[in-house]
Amino acid sequence: MIRLEHITKEFSSKNKKVTAVDDVSIHIQKGEIYGIIGFSGAGKSTLVRCINLLEMPTSGRVYFGDQELTSAGEQELRLARQKMGMIFQQFNLLEQRNVLKNICYPLELAGISKKDRIKRAKELIRLVDMEEKEKAYPSQLSGGQKQRVAIARALATNPEVLLCDEATSALDPITTRAILALLKRINEMFGVTVVIISHEMRVVEQVCGRVAVMSRGAVEEAGEVKEVFLNPKSETARRLILPDKDEAGSDAGRHSIRIAFDGQSSFEPVFASLVLESGIKLNILGANTENIGGRAFGQMLIEMPKEQEKQETVKKMLRDRGIHFEEGRDGR
Amino acid sequence: MNLQMMGLLADGIKETLYMTLVSTLIAYVIGIPLGVVCFITDKNGICPSRVVHLGIGILINFVRSVPFLILLVAIIPLTRLIVGTTIGSTATIVPLVAAAAPYVARMVESSLKEVGTGVIEAAESMGSSRLQIIYKVLLPEAKPSLLVGGLISMATILGYSAMAGFVGGGGLGAIAINYGYYRYQTDIMFVTVVFLVLIVQFFQEAGIWLVNRIDKRGA
Ligand SMILES: Nc1ncnc2c1ncn2[C@@H]1O[C@H](COP(=O)(O)OP(=O)(O)OP(=O)(O)O)[C@@H](O)[C@H]1O
Ligand SMILES: [Mg+2]
Repeated sequence: MIRLEHITKEFSSKNKKVTAVDDVSIHIQKGEIYGIIGFSGAGKSTLVRCINLLEMPTSGRVYFGDQELTSAGEQELRLARQKMGMIFQQFNLLEQRNVLKNICYPLELAGISKKDRIKRAKELIRLVDMEEKEKAYPSQLSGGQKQRVAIARALATNPEVLLCDEATSALDPITTRAILALLKRINEMFGVTVVIISHEMRVVEQVCGRVAVMSRGAVEEAGEVKEVFLNPKSETARRLILPDKDEAGSDAGRHSIRIAFDGQSSFEPVFASLVLESGIKLNILGANTENIGGRAFGQMLIEMPKEQEKQETVKKMLRDRGIHFEEGRDGR
Repeated sequence: MNLQMMGLLADGIKETLYMTLVSTLIAYVIGIPLGVVCFITDKNGICPSRVVHLGIGILINFVRSVPFLILLVAIIPLTRLIVGTTIGSTATIVPLVAAAAPYVARMVESSLKEVGTGVIEAAESMGSSRLQIIYKVLLPEAKPSLLVGGLISMATILGYSAMAGFVGGGGLGAIAINYGYYRYQTDIMFVTVVFLVLIVQFFQEAGIWLVNRIDKRGA
């Protein structure tokens, strides 16, 4: 669907040259939700802006389906952009247009009649659950509502791809989850390929199938989210996944499991009862959880006891509690 | 104050309004495209062009730094060419426009700068052409700010029009000068000044009311 080949983007100001993106090649499949994660300044935004050529790469090629965008003419590029929606951290709605008219904007560009525009816009308003706010102006909406409108607007022309640059970074955790759920629903309902840029592990974890970890303009590692998060190979990935994890955590040969909290309950009681009931000493290698309304989301990496028997006990207890976990491969 | 005087003042008000409104209108017809071109040709604009940007900038700054009275006299030949005469309120419109258009262009440019770069980028990402960005995004989004700029420009033009009374322009300014300055009838001068203030005040109030009504950005 989207193929980036050896994309490099340099910015040169007076006497300094910044390489924001450094020889990145990514292939994003049709219908998947692809995450690009990295710390601030890693070059994520620049990379995603290279996809719809808001930023012209210094070198490399961008393919959208079979079409090479980097060599497309202005008119072709505009038509291609109408097939790629984009949403932003700052929402970027037209302040002087109400919700309905904002969603109509891309339809106006596509030359759709007024009657059909309004019909389509209303469909989308229903899709993103904003029926009550149809006539409201952006200044009267909350961040989450604005992002819903932005999503509706981006989807108006039935794009094949939705690019999301830090779409949830200005939102609180609950709203973030709601917006991500909406993106996931859109992906499943319409088969829209979604590219999600984030610096937050939990965002990528919630919805993405595959992820690329970026640092200093380059992709450090890429693959299935599960794989990357369970066995982070790069330093950047490790720091993103478990910010408070110490160096010892990267030792090979130890057996660890990763527990994913998906809102079942707070994590302290789970962990405490695990230790108490099993009588097994468990070592937390790192955790990245947060409590939202008394429920835990996130993950914890736990060092397992050496004995096979104790390992089974722990796993059984987790299974009994309906807690999802994965085992680290390096332990086998 | 007699009837004749009142008639004179009424004509003065009419002429002043005529000069101010028509000049503002024409200044905007010239100033909006100029301001837009200046804005989009900036190096971070949607159509960067160093030459055009610099050229327009120099032209604007040049005209703006010439004092109005000097400009008024300097373009007399042009005024005669366009209007056929150099006295009266219609003739005054030419120098008023010449002085106001660059001023308006700057006002327009600064209004457009208030439109967030993110919004422009979003419009680009949706596949807008440059022209569509200008008339569907930049101008509508900047509308309230443009209107405020228009009010300020109008007050400035009104002030200039009064100045033009010195060199044969019409309107309240001419009355103030002819009666108040040359004939020492300070009462008449006083009344004309009061009217000038009232006109400015009226437009200001009406304009602010309008801006508050159309601006959707909230407080
Ligand atoms: N227009 C520009 N001109 C010069 N340098 C730029 C420009 N845009 C980005 N950069 C530089 O490129 C690098 C990557 O920036 P980018 O915005 O892509 O990072 P990011 O990963 O999106 O970070 P964040 O998480 O903070 O959004 C940074 O060092 C930044 O300073
Ligand atoms: Mg960014």
